[in-house]
Amino acid sequence: MSLRIVVCVKYVPDATGDRHFAEDLTTDRDAVDGLLSELDEYAVEQALQISEASDDAEITVVTVGPEEANKDGLRKALSMGADKGVHVVDDALHGSDVMGTSLVLAKAVEHVGYDLVVCGMASTDGTMGVLPALLAERLGVPQVTLLSEVAVADGQVTGRRDGDTATERLAASLPAVVSVTDQSGEARYPSFKGIMAAKKKPVEELQLSDLGIEADLVGLGGAWTAVDSADARPARTAGTIVKDEGEGGKQLAAFLAERKFI
Amino acid sequence: MPVTDVTSLIDFDSLLDDEERLIRSTVRDFVDDKVRPHIAEWFEAGTSPRELAPELGRLGLLGMHLTGYGCTGSSAVAYGLACLELEAGDSGLRSLVSVQGSLAMYSIWKYGSEEQKQEWLPRMAAGEAIGCFGLTEPDFGSNPAGMRTRAERDGDDWVLTGNKMWITNGSAADIATVWARTEDGIRGFLVPRGTAGFTTSDVHRKLSLRASTTSELTLDGVRLPSSAMLPQARGLSGPLGCLNEARFGIVFGAMGAARDCLDATLAYAGARTQFDRPIAGFQLTQAKLADMSVELSKGLLLALHLGRLKDAGRLRPEQVSVGKLNNVREAMEIARTCRTILGGAGITLDYPVLRHANNLESVLTYEGTSEVHQLAIGQALTGISAYR
Repeated sequence: MSLRIVVCVKYVPDATGDRHFAEDLTTDRDAVDGLLSELDEYAVEQALQISEASDDAEITVVTVGPEEANKDGLRKALSMGADKGVHVVDDALHGSDVMGTSLVLAKAVEHVGYDLVVCGMASTDGTMGVLPALLAERLGVPQVTLLSEVAVADGQVTGRRDGDTATERLAASLPAVVSVTDQSGEARYPSFKGIMAAKKKPVEELQLSDLGIEADLVGLGGAWTAVDSADARPARTAGTIVKDEGEGGKQLAAFLAERKFI
Repeated sequence: MPVTDVTSLIDFDSLLDDEERLIRSTVRDFVDDKVRPHIAEWFEAGTSPRELAPELGRLGLLGMHLTGYGCTGSSAVAYGLACLELEAGDSGLRSLVSVQGSLAMYSIWKYGSEEQKQEWLPRMAAGEAIGCFGLTEPDFGSNPAGMRTRAERDGDDWVLTGNKMWITNGSAADIATVWARTEDGIRGFLVPRGTAGFTTSDVHRKLSLRASTTSELTLDGVRLPSSAMLPQARGLSGPLGCLNEARFGIVFGAMGAARDCLDATLAYAGARTQFDRPIAGFQLTQAKLADMSVELSKGLLLALHLGRLKDAGRLRPEQVSVGKLNNVREAMEIARTCRTILGGAGITLDYPVLRHANNLESVLTYEGTSEVHQLAIGQALTGISAYR
């Protein structure tokens, strides 16, 4: 039986672009280009490596996001080598927080069918990093997060987590959810053949009703958190220049201590 | 908020489809990761990034617009966009890819026997084998018809004698496509590296394309089996057909070098202050930036138009001449004008502009000088050949 791998990816606003909040205090996605979250490329890469090491595996990439998430997010993952895509797109999703997104992803992953779910360590826009854990909880399966090395064999997923003080070797029985870090191995560039082949790969578009999700559980209304106000970051002011006249080191140390860096 | 990409001025991206944009951004990422951090060092040391060839092959960049034999089979526009991003890195890198795909591989793909294609194209597409293209000679540049290199029959064999000059990838090449005069007109031959009598020596002391290998090929009684000849090419139309392919890539490529100069200059002008304000705020600087962006935009639109014509199978050689003449000339002007905005910083390898300007000096004259392209256009307009 084939190994069913599902990779959850996010379409994020380009961090190098000029990002703003819209009137409802969600990210203004129209004003800035979007792309596949770079941290999710590591998840796609690890899924591809697991698939290549397996006799028979199929990779489905799942995303929850606006219309453009298909062409600029999913397509890149498909170009890298994933087999098919699922795109949950619904106006009611606008403004969802991680609680809503994890609910939708869990339903979508169940809809696809899975043995292993692979996530990136965090999104590059929200950078919360809690989605893999929430997803595992909602699915009721083991979670092995923040892996810098991952492999699948004999119905188990194994991996290595590099902590500050210890390196852990972990294992979980499948089905399971894992997340991989940016230390797990450089993500491949999509090959041009892959880019051309991706056009022909199937992408299933789903709405909330297809997954049996009530609209009031997601979106801005269903979010557990709310942004009350947001102000643009103040313009950068000129830095402090320390001239070394014998006391330079002490002045630097005092500067750092004052800002609690040391 | 200043733009981070000057091509957004005319929303150039809106003219591309999803696939073209993804190929473009893949090459841009590759250049950012693998080329940009090292290019100044390679240029200064005069070394060509030969070791990138397998990675270029994995991406599908080598012979990307050719079909079969492990090649990608992309559209001409996608190939052009890839050339643009490569040349935004360095003209030398784009030259490596142009010569490999459009000259060496194309000559085999278009004119070779099935055996020659099977033997060389898959390895060349993968970047495992490098090719070069020997047409120009020390005394015959714009006038290749006068070439002295000759191939003579000796039993079933051919014996080649002569010199080829200014050959990109020459000493790095595993296989050389060499054009030679025969009793039967000009014919092409595949000369593997290491064949007795075939030697290369590199051109040193270059001030341009320093991150690219440029060599002289010496053929001193090189004996080749009859199977080494490209069976489908007869006469000068063979090599000229290849050059037309490579020139097409330059039409896009030159705009990549220009864009890189402008992006660097916009960033510099915004950060550099004189008289207590960023120099980007001065009218003379803005006039330069505006004029350069307009020329870049026009060049991009021309390149894309020619690409669409090529994909429709309707691109004529004089149209490629229009593109090469204009886009290289304007790219040079942009690079030099950018240099004036960067002041002293512009003459260093800390910024890309003089490197690009110097590279473009080569691009201006190789694969048809500006003057030859003017004459090709002149002939198309008047019906009169000015040089024959």
